[in-house]
Amino acid sequence: MKNVNLFAWIRSLALPAILACVASPAHAQLQVDVTSGVTDPIPIAIVPFAKAPPLDSGLDVAEVVQNDLTGSGRFRTAPRAQMTSTPTRAQEVVLADWRASGNDYVVVGRVTPLSEGNLAVDYELVNVLTGQTLGSQRFTGPQAALRNAAHRVSDAVYEKIVGIRGAFATRIVYVLVEGTAPTQTYKLIVADTDGENPRPVLESRFPLMSPSWSSDGQWLAYVSFEGRRSSVYVQRVRDGQRSRVSARAGINGAPTFSPDGKKLALTLGGTGGNADIYVLDLASQGLSRITDDPAIDTEAVWASDGQSLFFTSDRAGGPQIYQIGIRPGDKPKRITFGSTYNARPRVSPDGTQLAMVTLDGNNYRIGVQDLKNGSVRVLSKGRQDESPSFAPNGAMVIYSGSDAGRAVLATVSVDGLTGTRLKSDQGQVREPVWGPFAP
Amino acid sequence: MQKPLVLLMVVLVAALGLGACGKKDTKPDESASSTQNTGADSSGVGQASSTEEGAEAPGPLEGMLAKRTIYFDFDSSEIRGEGTEIVAAHAKYLAARGGIKVRLEGHTDERGSREYNIGLGERRAQAVRRALLLQGATESQLSTVSYGEERPAAAGSDETAWAKNRRVEIVYLQ
Repeated sequence: MKNVNLFAWIRSLALPAILACVASPAHAQLQVDVTSGVTDPIPIAIVPFAKAPPLDSGLDVAEVVQNDLTGSGRFRTAPRAQMTSTPTRAQEVVLADWRASGNDYVVVGRVTPLSEGNLAVDYELVNVLTGQTLGSQRFTGPQAALRNAAHRVSDAVYEKIVGIRGAFATRIVYVLVEGTAPTQTYKLIVADTDGENPRPVLESRFPLMSPSWSSDGQWLAYVSFEGRRSSVYVQRVRDGQRSRVSARAGINGAPTFSPDGKKLALTLGGTGGNADIYVLDLASQGLSRITDDPAIDTEAVWASDGQSLFFTSDRAGGPQIYQIGIRPGDKPKRITFGSTYNARPRVSPDGTQLAMVTLDGNNYRIGVQDLKNGSVRVLSKGRQDESPSFAPNGAMVIYSGSDAGRAVLATVSVDGLTGTRLKSDQGQVREPVWGPFAP
Repeated sequence: MQKPLVLLMVVLVAALGLGACGKKDTKPDESASSTQNTGADSSGVGQASSTEEGAEAPGPLEGMLAKRTIYFDFDSSEIRGEGTEIVAAHAKYLAARGGIKVRLEGHTDERGSREYNIGLGERRAQAVRRALLLQGATESQLSTVSYGEERPAAAGSDETAWAKNRRVEIVYLQ
């Protein structure tokens, strides 16, 4: 088991690349702990990039790439102290140096200033064994987008070597709770996948829960208890414009966007309080009822073809996960067995895996079930792990775990072997949802 | 964002907020409306409504009526023990005063999945609601909301804290 402590400090006024001008909130310290049991990670050296002060704000692009690749579990990155040379171009790389220190690949690069305050990030990926340059690319953008460019370098390197698209240059949303009852404040925060660049998109004195991304990354749906009752809202991330789409009597909960973005699956309870699954057409406001029984039916999530829903139901006595088609008359089929408690389903992007909260002994942990053969692997090790969400490339799961009594965000690779913990000093972080690939 | 600017934005949103009516009405049998609230400030941070809708009143304080919390066993929505007496007292009070309304707020402990816990909290609130109806309260006097595990009464991850969080609170309304 290898433990690597990596510290990431949030710079003040770090502006996300996707927005015009947004001020980021108070500073937060994040600690990224990586633990990995992978037996044969790919050894790679990420050489410090040539810098471009002061425009680059001192951002260490190579360190961002190193953290990304190490956290994926697929790579073992060379410590800087062991680097005997620091080339910034492929032609400067002396292969023997890197072979001697046991690296299969080396990444070199430069940050250079362009006109009008923009920056260019150039990288080259060299195969140390053959000497071949496998990839090179230039990313350009304003200074505010430099961190995003570093994540795009990580994505490019990851894809070249591992063969699937990287998901480092994507975003997450989560709920942050600060203060103590009865004066807690709740925020919905959009951030980078490593927790950097946190930006609040909603603030409230009342609980917020169940955020869900649309597949184009433009909208969030969530539950708000403003007005001392539950309602479902849809909000545009770009400018905060929000619209209340369900405030019916009783429970309004668990909204998830359909893959085409036109519908929400949600939970309604009515005055009788019996939670059932419905589908709401956002344009027509038309409502279709999907389940109708005395059990608690909730936490519906769409299959990737948009034709069925996976959901939690306790119709068999305790919570289990079922699948039901959205056509009238379709009957639910039970998916999970084994544990007495399986809830909160999420489907992998390729539709083959189901992540969930599962009771493992006395602990609530993240499990992943293979939908073809039914086998279940428990990925996490905490006591109260919850809210799993797949990365858009299906390689990792982000979830909420507890660490010494405080709620923290954590990621784990789908083989369960590599984990990272993102711990914020600010408060309790919960319900992380991994956003889609950028278009 | 600077604190004074945040306060200004909250005031602006509260002023703009629920005054603006929604463009679309929902199907007639349900009460929802959709309300367009803009982000209100150029930072794109939405402010949730700070309206005092649903605000609380002190309610009766004599004897058993001062007790507003009914506790539950794990995975149960059965009213037992002192909860039975508390429900009886409030039912009698409500039955005699048809204009008085209460909101029944259901809660769970922190274990397990959040939205499933919303369902469980609602089950508990509904159990209290049915018991009140049986003992003389009327439908129009009672509303329910479930907070699931989102508003614990006690912090902590042990049975002592969990037992204090598995509850329904009777909240008298203005």
